[in-house]
Amino acid sequence: MKSFWAGVRAESPLLIGVFPFGLIYGALAIGAGISPAAAQMMSSIVFAGSAQFIAAQLIRESAPGLVIVLTIAVVNLRHMLYSASVAPYIEHLPARWKTVLAYLLTDEAYAATIIHYEEEGFTPTGHWFFFGAGLALWTTWQVSSALGIFLGAALPSSWPLDFAIPITFIAMVMPVLKDKPIVAAAVSAGTVALLAYSLPFKLGLILAALVGIFTGTYLENRE
Amino acid sequence: MNIWLVMFLGGALTFGMRMSFIYLFGRFEIPAMVKRALRFVPPAVLSALIAPALFMPNNTFDFSLNNYRLMAGVVAILVGWRTKNTLLTILSGMAALLILMWLAKTV
Repeated sequence: MKSFWAGVRAESPLLIGVFPFGLIYGALAIGAGISPAAAQMMSSIVFAGSAQFIAAQLIRESAPGLVIVLTIAVVNLRHMLYSASVAPYIEHLPARWKTVLAYLLTDEAYAATIIHYEEEGFTPTGHWFFFGAGLALWTTWQVSSALGIFLGAALPSSWPLDFAIPITFIAMVMPVLKDKPIVAAAVSAGTVALLAYSLPFKLGLILAALVGIFTGTYLENRE
Repeated sequence: MNIWLVMFLGGALTFGMRMSFIYLFGRFEIPAMVKRALRFVPPAVLSALIAPALFMPNNTFDFSLNNYRLMAGVVAILVGWRTKNTLLTILSGMAALLILMWLAKTV
């Protein structure tokens, strides 16, 4: 139990940043025409901030379901890295623990947990820390989404609420543009997205993302 | 495809990726090449969504001062670049669009 609360405490500074994101997600999911019930369930079924924002945008643009599912998968690929990174610390646990912890393995829960594991090494109660961090984030995300959904329904419909999605994306991208390959990845993806915009089934998005990833990797390898 | 089906499939895939190496521990390693490529995924996907939202507000290319969404996006990009503050970036972009729309109505 001590480890559980230590996890909650370690997670709490991150929650301050997560809360407004949940609010914005809830409000713009409503703005994208998603029903309140579906918008709230997405926060527990998909339970991944940036993927939920992207899904909301694609649903608004009535992209085909398969493209939305594929995009969610590509955006969440990084979770495989987190999975590989925490795996040795929870290897001894029974399957039901692994299942719960895997479900709670978000960016923020991973950040707090891996710092703990790297400082403390393997401890017999480490998984309670992980669980505390994950559950604190889960609860915050559900509550803030719900408030956002409530807020989104209350705002006048003349407000350009849908614009909050690309603006949020800009806010997410700008801090990571730290070196040339990553700037090149962003610029090339954006350019291809415009050129290939008229491709059917929103395939331009997938193509643009692939060109961006390829460009970044290529430039990095050359450096 | 029904939105609920999209959510369930998207959620199942996300859970599957979170579970992948926890389940496979010791049996498989991620190739170094894939690890390096992964950091480019978020900026590439997000930029591919941002560009059309700014440059093609009505599904046609509009590179002009009358494209308020592009103008507001530029404001957000500048604020994000200077401050690296996520919340401030969102608020400035939304405020810029609301102000431009309000000015257009009153003029």
